[in-house]
Amino acid sequence: MTLQELRAMREAGQKAMDRRVGGDKSIEIIVGMGTCGIAAGAKETLDAFVNELNSKDIRNVVIKQVGCMGFCHSEPTVEIRMDGMPDIIYGNVDPETARKIVHSHILEKKLVDKHVFDRPSKDIVKEK
Amino acid sequence: MALNNFCLVCGGTGCESSKADDIFKNLRTAVEAHGLTGQVQVVKTGCFGFCEKGPIVKILPDESFYVEVKPEDAEKIVAEHLVKGRPVKELLYKTADQVTAKTEEDIQFYQKQIRIVLRNCGIINPEDVQEYIARDGYLGLEKVLFEMTPQQVIDEVKKSGLRGRGGAGYPTWLKWTNTSKTPADQRYVICNADEGDPGAYMDRSTLEGDPHSVLEAMTIAGYAQGATKGFIYIRAEYPLAIHRLEVAMKQSREMGLMGKNILGSGFDFDIEIRLGAGAFVCGEETALIQSIEGKRGMPVPKPPFPSVSGLWGKPTSINNVETYANIPVIITKGGDWFASIGTATSKGTKVFALTGAINNSGLVEVPMGTTLREIVYDIGGGIKGGKAFKAVQSGGPSGGVLPAASLDTPIDYESLTKIGSMMGSGGLIVLCESDCIVDVVKFYLDFSVEESCGKCAPCRIGGRKLLNILDKITKGKGTLEDLATMEQIGFAMQRASLCMLGGTTPNPILSTIKFFREEYLEHIEQKKCRAGKCKDLVTYTVIADKCIGCTVCARKCPVNCISGERKAPHVIDQSKCIKCGACFDACKFGAILVS
Repeated sequence: MTLQELRAMREAGQKAMDRRVGGDKSIEIIVGMGTCGIAAGAKETLDAFVNELNSKDIRNVVIKQVGCMGFCHSEPTVEIRMDGMPDIIYGNVDPETARKIVHSHILEKKLVDKHVFDRPSKDIVKEK
Repeated sequence: MALNNFCLVCGGTGCESSKADDIFKNLRTAVEAHGLTGQVQVVKTGCFGFCEKGPIVKILPDESFYVEVKPEDAEKIVAEHLVKGRPVKELLYKTADQVTAKTEEDIQFYQKQIRIVLRNCGIINPEDVQEYIARDGYLGLEKVLFEMTPQQVIDEVKKSGLRGRGGAGYPTWLKWTNTSKTPADQRYVICNADEGDPGAYMDRSTLEGDPHSVLEAMTIAGYAQGATKGFIYIRAEYPLAIHRLEVAMKQSREMGLMGKNILGSGFDFDIEIRLGAGAFVCGEETALIQSIEGKRGMPVPKPPFPSVSGLWGKPTSINNVETYANIPVIITKGGDWFASIGTATSKGTKVFALTGAINNSGLVEVPMGTTLREIVYDIGGGIKGGKAFKAVQSGGPSGGVLPAASLDTPIDYESLTKIGSMMGSGGLIVLCESDCIVDVVKFYLDFSVEESCGKCAPCRIGGRKLLNILDKITKGKGTLEDLATMEQIGFAMQRASLCMLGGTTPNPILSTIKFFREEYLEHIEQKKCRAGKCKDLVTYTVIADKCIGCTVCARKCPVNCISGERKAPHVIDQSKCIKCGACFDACKFGAILVS
């Protein structure tokens, strides 16, 4: 193996390894993966997120799966938490919308208006 | 589908013996059965360190930390957590006050630890070189071969302040300098993996969890000292570590990271494994060299030191596994970074194997200067069963016993030596009120006497004499003069023994005569063992008033020496009693008296 090959191998492995341990994970994408979510295509949505983040080489995002968020009528639902943006729950997130969320919400810090569904309940409770 | 979840299963010897391999296989099967292949990666890693609660399974990116997992739990973890995103609550770790800890961050065991040596343990698959490379593996080697001269490498190690982790704390850079300065046509580097202290398993876990880090470090050491050949001397009792080393060496050779012309740099380096047959003395460097040469493992007088005339008479530098594991990080992050951790004279971290009467036994890595109290109470979670702390045995058979008064001593090489112990390889055995100091010391002495090679008289005869006197004391036949005699023999052994095995054998005795004199006096003057461990000084009797005649003790007694009618007080036949204490443990009414 040459030095270049070693470096290329390190580069290639680092992306996957970062997802396993990695440093800065300030942005969270939480995908509802209850039966309702999965039936509505949450797996494809989750996949779209993973692939989009990979292809854009965005590393400071952690994707988590959770159970049903209670909005079974608007599945798949996805919550995004990041600095500089309010915590937002998006509804009816298909793969296309997922890519849009990465693009505008995460990169450009602009809400994807059409799909804003709600804010997380604990925020609403706090305000009252 | 894209890879989204990782299941990390501990593949250390401790967890493997609790069926971690079955868990690993079951997880794989379950992942496949649920159609998650390609979305979930199941990885077998090195030791997580939290051996008390093993086997450990960690799920990422959620960081859920599952403890005491059984093979049959695999299906539940996959079906609930990976498919539905609901953590399996009953498998999560619960803190002492029964709060469920969701991730590693909530577990106090990990709070005060800094992981440099164990940086990859519990994260990467030790049998996959690509994962090591992805974690900046072989980056240090790359830097050394293409950007640094051998002298610059030694200077960087000097800047780091790294000292030998095998116990004595000799500055690593100085050892390397001495070896490289001796003119020779051939030099050798050796990795000492002959870890033999009772209760110590730091080196084993490092080799099992991250073998490439040691291989990389040895290659760097070879480059720095002008050596083209390395040997790893490892005990044959470590089959898993040997296997992982062999796998790692095969991968390195295939990829050109070891062998001729490494990475096209023109530097040649190769490593061979040598198995030790299990003699403790072979951990001593001159005996180790003899053993590699195929001779009987016995120390030879120093000087000449191995750095001048070592393996086959050539300059040789011998470093411990843990010392090596620090090297790649020192090169990639810089000596200054490393020197910023630790105390004035001891830099970096130290890995300890924490065992004994402690709630969280396991492998811990803390910065030098951490106090024993932090290790025992914060990381270790305090004494098992809420008993009272008595002492910590540090440094194995060569170390000493530290009393409660030493709990706030910041641990480094100097402070431990000052209080009569030594860093040793890093075994920490916690003793509680039900341990007898004399009995514990006798155990260590027994070990040292057994392992003495017999070459020099102070060790061969002195050790045996000490053991005889200790034996006498535990049988209630000791005299006050015995204490003075033991000290005399001990001092003579420290000065006159050929190697450090004999020189440190009396350490446990000398430190306990200093700190626990009253316990020796109790054994000698009152013929009493307060912990009830010295069988000859203990009698078990039934308190007739308290005995309700339930017959439990009579049924538990292994030699059937307890008799009595049902519902009437029982009696112990002292002539047959073997003083095992089974009746005491079995009695629910406190009717057995230990005196």
